[in-house]
Amino acid sequence: MVKRLEFDQALDEIAQRLTEMGDTVEKALTGSIEALKNVDVEEAKRIVAADTELNQMEETITEIGTRLIATQQPVAKDLRRILIAFKISSDLERMGDLSVDIAKVVLRLEGQALIKPLLDLPRLAALVSIMIRESLQSYVDENVDLAYKMAKDDDQVDALYSQILRDLVAIMSNDTKTIAQGMLLCFVGRYIERIADHATNIGESVVYLVTGKRPELNQ
Amino acid sequence: MNSIIEIKDLNLYYGEFQALRNISLEIPEKAITAFIGPSGCGKSTLLRTLNRMNDMIPGTRVEGTVSIAGRSIYSNDVDVETLRKRVGMVFQQANPFPKSIYDNVAYGPRLHGITDRKRLDEIVEKSLRSAVLWHEVKDHLKRSALSMSGGQQQRLCIARALAVEPDILLMDESTSALDPISTLKIEELVQELKNRYTIVMVTHNMHQAARVSQQTVFFLGGEVVEYSETKQLFSNPTDKRTEDYISGRFG
Repeated sequence: MVKRLEFDQALDEIAQRLTEMGDTVEKALTGSIEALKNVDVEEAKRIVAADTELNQMEETITEIGTRLIATQQPVAKDLRRILIAFKISSDLERMGDLSVDIAKVVLRLEGQALIKPLLDLPRLAALVSIMIRESLQSYVDENVDLAYKMAKDDDQVDALYSQILRDLVAIMSNDTKTIAQGMLLCFVGRYIERIADHATNIGESVVYLVTGKRPELNQ
Repeated sequence: MNSIIEIKDLNLYYGEFQALRNISLEIPEKAITAFIGPSGCGKSTLLRTLNRMNDMIPGTRVEGTVSIAGRSIYSNDVDVETLRKRVGMVFQQANPFPKSIYDNVAYGPRLHGITDRKRLDEIVEKSLRSAVLWHEVKDHLKRSALSMSGGQQQRLCIARALAVEPDILLMDESTSALDPISTLKIEELVQELKNRYTIVMVTHNMHQAARVSQQTVFFLGGEVVEYSETKQLFSNPTDKRTEDYISGRFG
């Protein structure tokens, strides 16, 4: 097979940058949950500040992809590879924003004691961390089976999220003074659940890359 | 879509060399079908079988059938002149006759016995209009065709082909010698023409095939590898060899 050297190198660069973005997002999620557990305002501020890096990474990927479309006339799978890079980088950027939203909750909790020891939210975040890694792995390996497995992971996430809401509602019903913080913790659950949806989107992009067809994994 | 050209089990040999292998294709009428593939893949050979241009190459042997509108064009009772009137052709290099613009277009109709000046005037105007050339040349129809630009000459050749009212227009790399603007004009022209004619084009420019045609056939080694709707073939081809070729990774 003939290599299109410059083109292939640029495609590799896109893949590498997406993987880096995935790592950064995962760290942002893990970090924001750690900060929440300890109500660590300094760590939360660091995460908020670091988000510009993700925005820049997305822009760089858009620039490389646009240049390739303009100069290399990609078709078929080559074209899909670039189209999904746009989509995946945008999903990752949103996941970064949601991690920042979690960090901002920490800032609002400054000086407060938590209304309950956090167990389930970190569990939820751990599940979603795995999904982020799997989504990027399925992209790197073009592994459709792994992409489909993420739909199942997402079901688990949804179940745990519902349980977290039920528990928090019970606490808030018992003691109205917990409502302000309880609502914020509900939001955190919602943010994590949204991150999982974006990870599932990445799985869908991978299926589209490999098969040329658009599946619906986010049911 | 109705097919106007039906090719069945076609094999073509240049002496010992087999240039086409078991080709079976149906080409729809009033649409643009593009033949793509690397040099020597048989695409131009197949195009030339559609109006029997290969007859002129010594040692050519054809097996199988090619039918146009239900009639075999290789049977003994076919008059090749009449066939070529129905199946016009435009080549890579514009090849106007060293005559006036008018006489170039009127050449075919005259050959087929039309002598009435008024009738010829009508045909010349209509053909030049169809080839989107009329407004550029209407005031100097007596000027030599060789004084025109390359793009104009190619559109003149299209007008000349249309003047005998063919059903099918074969285009063999007809824009490869033209600049991008002239190429675009011809591409727009064939889009217009497809409403009235069946167009089969051979092109080395894959993006032209993608832009212009409704169906694309990919050839390799004298065989059809893939034949499908153009949007399908360029977005999600079924054969790995097609994917490699259209994404420039062939070899």
